[in-house]
Amino acid sequence: MDEYLILMRLDLLTKEAQPSPEQMQGFMEMYNNWVGDIAARNRFVGGKGLSTEGKVLKPGGIVTDGPFVEIKESLAGFIMVKAESLEDATAMAAACPILYGEGNSVEVRMISSVHEK
Amino acid sequence: MKNDNLIPHLFRTEYRKIVSVLCRKFGLEQFEVAEDIASETFLVAMHSWGIEGVPPNPAGWLYEVAKNKAKNHLHRNAIFNEKVAPVLADNTAEYDSEIDLSPGHIADSQLRMMFAICDPAIAAESQIALSLRILCGFGIGEIADAFGTTKEVINKRLTRAKEKLRSQKLSFEMPDSVILSERLDPVLLTIYLLFNEGYYSQSQHKTLRRDMCFDAMRLCLMLIENTLTNQPKVNALLALMCFHASRFDARLSGSGELVLYEEQDTSSWNSDLISKGMHFLNQAKSGSQLSRYHLEAGIAFWHTQREGTPAKWEQILHLYNHLLQINYSPVAALNRTYALFKAKGAQKAIAEAEKLDIEPDYFYFLLLGELYSTIDAAKSVHYLQEAFKLARTDAEKRAVKKKLVV
Repeated sequence: MDEYLILMRLDLLTKEAQPSPEQMQGFMEMYNNWVGDIAARNRFVGGKGLSTEGKVLKPGGIVTDGPFVEIKESLAGFIMVKAESLEDATAMAAACPILYGEGNSVEVRMISSVHEK
Repeated sequence: MKNDNLIPHLFRTEYRKIVSVLCRKFGLEQFEVAEDIASETFLVAMHSWGIEGVPPNPAGWLYEVAKNKAKNHLHRNAIFNEKVAPVLADNTAEYDSEIDLSPGHIADSQLRMMFAICDPAIAAESQIALSLRILCGFGIGEIADAFGTTKEVINKRLTRAKEKLRSQKLSFEMPDSVILSERLDPVLLTIYLLFNEGYYSQSQHKTLRRDMCFDAMRLCLMLIENTLTNQPKVNALLALMCFHASRFDARLSGSGELVLYEEQDTSSWNSDLISKGMHFLNQAKSGSQLSRYHLEAGIAFWHTQREGTPAKWEQILHLYNHLLQINYSPVAALNRTYALFKAKGAQKAIAEAEKLDIEPDYFYFLLLGELYSTIDAAKSVHYLQEAFKLARTDAEKRAVKKKLVV
């Protein structure tokens, strides 16, 4: 089995697209259960949510406040999973509740090399 | 308690105490001498009690015999050192043959022994096996069960670990704070496995099982009483054990048979232990660390709430989601699926149950039988019959039969 990265992108910029605290709680619960589904299959490797603050660096010493400089969809979090194939990993990602949100997206990538600690 | 039950019982509870105190006295490299003395003590008891009857204080009797045997051993050593090896100058300590078998000294010796065994010189997988063997009196089969592996693997681990014990001069002093926190996790796991063995074992010997549970809790409490080891996860573990132990009487019938959770008499749940559990769970909240014991204690807390409200099952599901992320086990995966059923309904739970990476066993089929019970009676019966075929004990068979009748 290989490891795959599931990247979750959200619109953190458009004011109207932001959920209310109640909605947020509902989303978090769905998210938690989605990760739980994966972990119950012993396929969860790791993952983190990301803060909405960040910096974007570019060649020539350019640093801007990020993470959402040019695209609406910002990286909101990621998890790593074990999967039989890209299709298998994609099937897991398909249940990600972030996909209920208009304009959001999820990207699946196989981890091809590991930086040894 | 009958005589033939008493000795195995005392062996499980007293053997390790004697071994720990003697190891502390002799040094860990001499643990085999300590084991021999403890074993001989039980041999003497078997002969003597058979003829003369059981003494009024059997444990105290064992301590006396062990003490005398240890003194004789030290005396022989002293003679050896004096007569045969006079070159050894500083053997004064050998003459001090006082063996302290007071309760405080026993518990303290057991803890030191656990920390000594968890020395990194011994491979991590062997540490707990060795602790369970020497300290908890577990059989090879029981250790293999606890790790989900074979007896051969455990025997190899134990042999390697015992070689290390003999060759390395492992200290019996309580380690300093850095080493202490490095070794705390295997020590906690040993305590938890000791508790589980008492709580879940198939043995119908209720007193023995209760003693094992309370011994585990006592060891954990000692860690809490020590400022160096009074950490949130230690409090969480004790909270977990308190919540479980609160149902100790309710979950075993008079004859030692398992009573299912739904059929337990709540009035025999021990409210004192539940409130102690709450206290330790509160203590565990300090700091940012969320250990498996925090999550398991949280789940156990919700099980002390009898009403099966949706909120209860949402919380339990949430805690299992986290637990599986940091500490996957097939049992937790099955329990999580049951919580999912209670919180989100049968359809969702069945879909996830069928994706589980589990070798279908008694518990898996029992769960499927339960999940299908509300939506497809024929399938439910089919799975329960599968479970019945795989049941290993009478208690398991009875549990399935009850569901098949209803």
